[in-house]
Amino acid sequence: MATKASRSAARLMMAPAVILLLGWMLVPLCMTLYFSFKKYLPLRGGDLGWVGFDNYVRFFSSSAFWPSVIATLVIVGGVLAITVVFGILLAILLDQPMWGQGIVRILVIAPFFVMPTVSALVWKNMFMDPVNGLFAHLWKFFGAAPIEWLSQASMTSIVIIVAWQWLPFATLILLTAIQSLDSEQLEAAEMDGAPPLSRFGYITLPHLNRAITVVVLIQTIFLLSIFAEIFVTTQGSFGTKTLTYLIYQRVLESQNVGLGSAGGIFAVILANIVAIFLMRIVGKNLDA
Amino acid sequence: MARNVTTQRKIVNTVLAWGIGLLIFFPILWTILTSFKSEATAIADPPVFLFFDWTLDNYRVVQERSDYMRFLWNSVIIAGGSTLLGIIVAVPAAWSMAFVPSARTKDILLWMLSTKMLPAVGVLYPIYLIFIKMGLLDSRVGLTVVLMLINLPIIIWMLYTYFREIPGEILEAARMDGASLKEEILYVLTPMAVPGIASTVLLNIILAWNEAFWTLNLTAAKAAPLTAFIASYSSPEGLFYAKLSAASTMAIAPILILGWFSQKQLVRGLTFGAVK
Amino acid sequence: MGQITLQQVTKNFGDVQVIPPLDLTIEDGEFTVFVGPSGCGKSTLLRLIAGLEDITSGTILIDGADATAISPAKRGLAMVFQSYALYPHMSVRKNIAFPMRMAGVDKAEQDRRIEQAATALNLTDYLDRRPGQLSGGQRQRVAIGRAIVREPAAFLFDEPLSNLDAALRVGMRLEISELHKRLETTMVYVTHDQVEAMTMADKIVVLRAGNIEQVGSPLDLYRTPRNVFVAGFIGSPKMNLIEGPEAARHDAHTIGVRPEHIDVVETDGQWQGRVGVAEHLGSDTFFHVHDTGLAEMLTVRVAGEVNLRHGDTIHLNPRADQIHRFDDKGLRIQ
Repeated sequence: MATKASRSAARLMMAPAVILLLGWMLVPLCMTLYFSFKKYLPLRGGDLGWVGFDNYVRFFSSSAFWPSVIATLVIVGGVLAITVVFGILLAILLDQPMWGQGIVRILVIAPFFVMPTVSALVWKNMFMDPVNGLFAHLWKFFGAAPIEWLSQASMTSIVIIVAWQWLPFATLILLTAIQSLDSEQLEAAEMDGAPPLSRFGYITLPHLNRAITVVVLIQTIFLLSIFAEIFVTTQGSFGTKTLTYLIYQRVLESQNVGLGSAGGIFAVILANIVAIFLMRIVGKNLDA
Repeated sequence: MARNVTTQRKIVNTVLAWGIGLLIFFPILWTILTSFKSEATAIADPPVFLFFDWTLDNYRVVQERSDYMRFLWNSVIIAGGSTLLGIIVAVPAAWSMAFVPSARTKDILLWMLSTKMLPAVGVLYPIYLIFIKMGLLDSRVGLTVVLMLINLPIIIWMLYTYFREIPGEILEAARMDGASLKEEILYVLTPMAVPGIASTVLLNIILAWNEAFWTLNLTAAKAAPLTAFIASYSSPEGLFYAKLSAASTMAIAPILILGWFSQKQLVRGLTFGAVK
Repeated sequence: MGQITLQQVTKNFGDVQVIPPLDLTIEDGEFTVFVGPSGCGKSTLLRLIAGLEDITSGTILIDGADATAISPAKRGLAMVFQSYALYPHMSVRKNIAFPMRMAGVDKAEQDRRIEQAATALNLTDYLDRRPGQLSGGQRQRVAIGRAIVREPAAFLFDEPLSNLDAALRVGMRLEISELHKRLETTMVYVTHDQVEAMTMADKIVVLRAGNIEQVGSPLDLYRTPRNVFVAGFIGSPKMNLIEGPEAARHDAHTIGVRPEHIDVVETDGQWQGRVGVAEHLGSDTFFHVHDTGLAEMLTVRVAGEVNLRHGDTIHLNPRADQIHRFDDKGLRIQ
């Protein structure tokens, strides 16, 4: 509801943001699209002409492609499973009456604020190091041989590190959702004779449905592009080369821009598929 | 109405929650503790928890050897600058979308969000190329602009949700009371929006501070912020636990503190209002 | 001065016309109430007068001068909003002073008018509090105070009492009426509550779907509703509307009899039925009468206590001179 004068002022005030984001989105994306159809090796001859879909064919048929897809899926899937399941349990626990709730909350949320390079390094050296790491001490204490985490159990290690970073996010959102559940609903179910487990199954879980979906979608978008955790720990070796890392290596390490760009376009499409679902949920909420 | 529970159950809850909370917090706690140990104590077997000779040596050495302050300063400028720039661009945009919505407002908002979901690696080379051409590689200006752009959708979105909570009737009342558009924004809207803007600033400083794709790929020595500084410790010669811990503690401490203040806003900012 | 004239005013939201061409004059010093069911366009009409919405076509005159293109700030009108719209970050004093500050009234005069308004509205003790620390009724008074100090040509009220509880509403109703008597300034008041309309207005404008159904004094509307809609809307409890043979007997498509215009008799009433719910208020008794063969249910209002209970047979006589007759288009037959 407004008058004409305020409407034209509004359009003017929106312009800078729209133009900036439009530029930020379109210019690099078009360039990537352009490069993806070229043989382009900046250090070995530069622009070597159009090659059609060659880069795409080579990217998808390279021996590194499928392992990278699998690595990506394992990390995304593993982290999602851990964070959602433990997130729900933690959120329910934190919602219970207790002493020092505020402090516990702070403790649980803290990992989210640790920069990815720090958490990767701390886990890599101080916990997962086969000689001096805390895990090694722990294993020795129980008489077991220490594990070389980042080479023998590389995927598990990365999943642990990333899940530790994202568990607070899932917990916080699920806790917010649980707290918005009308306690009278639970009391009504109790009056109707539902035992605790049924109350969780029939009332709490359906109520959390949307929050869980949002957690899954947002985390998927961020997890698809995790970079620092791998960059600092394994540098993509021992089967931890994700799609993002593979593209990064093609573009900046082997300087095969055409090939990397084809992969980049693939990553954009992949992220957009997830984004569409997220947008639909966010969009519905806008109307409310 | 919350009901009373038995003390027994409350004790169980408390013990369980504190146990899990401390377990999750432990890596951070361990890092902070280790930063006060000597290198020998840091790798002692069995590990030492609290009873060691506390020392501040590591902090001094980290600063002297690797010029910690320069990286810190880069982080402050890049995180602060990108947030400030973002706010300047976002406030008018969010204002107009919240108070003068049109049929397309919703589509514009969603489109802005969609730019946030563009995987960085997909546009890595073009940005890299543009940076080289414009001489922005390894510059604080370049990184500030990029971080502003990647967080702009979140800033606009958060401000939009805060502005929407300000009742339109109050702004209309100001208009009826004879306030011009400028006076309306200055005397009525801004004071009411300050808490929301503050939370937005806070969350964005955190996000920019911890950003670890562009900061690693677009900087070398000059403009590198703390994320890159810490990453340099991953090379074998940097492997000193106590010093690594001291450097890490310094890198995360300011954000941990800011973060604890902004937990509530975090949910709003990162779910784009999809969870309330 | 505060005469407001609307000439052929229309308003469209997109393709939807919410106000078809409308003419209305609100005289200086008059208390005019816009009343109608929700969605009838009464608030939109008020916002058009305020200038918060552009009109699609037509002219708005304030004191004879064309105000159509003038911004809300310059129309010299004050508005009290449904949500009170107080500035939460300012004290009560600053809230009341705000319009004067915008108009550049000098400080001494500001203080004088604030004192005056605060005394009149019983706000003297609360001037330094924030709106958040006040009760609903007090907030309402601050909103009115903020409007008074502008010394506007007219006051606009947008359902100002709908957020108050019932008891407070009756009190505030009186205060606003007294304020009008004292200031003798034009007031335009929007409500969906016909009791507010009846008790406060000099002139009531009944709206439905953006159309003016009838304009007149409260008693005009009560005595001679122009059509079935106004007949059903004005008066509480509602007028009984009867169609069919009984209406035909009076040469009408529909007849209407107000509950207070039906007498209860011992035997041989013109109409008879069975008591459904009997509401004994002491001063009055309301009967919901079923099985009369006239309508689904008739409401009857009798002064004092009448000892009839659920299921009893009741005999009724409508007062012949109080029967309203309407034709098949719903219009009153004189």
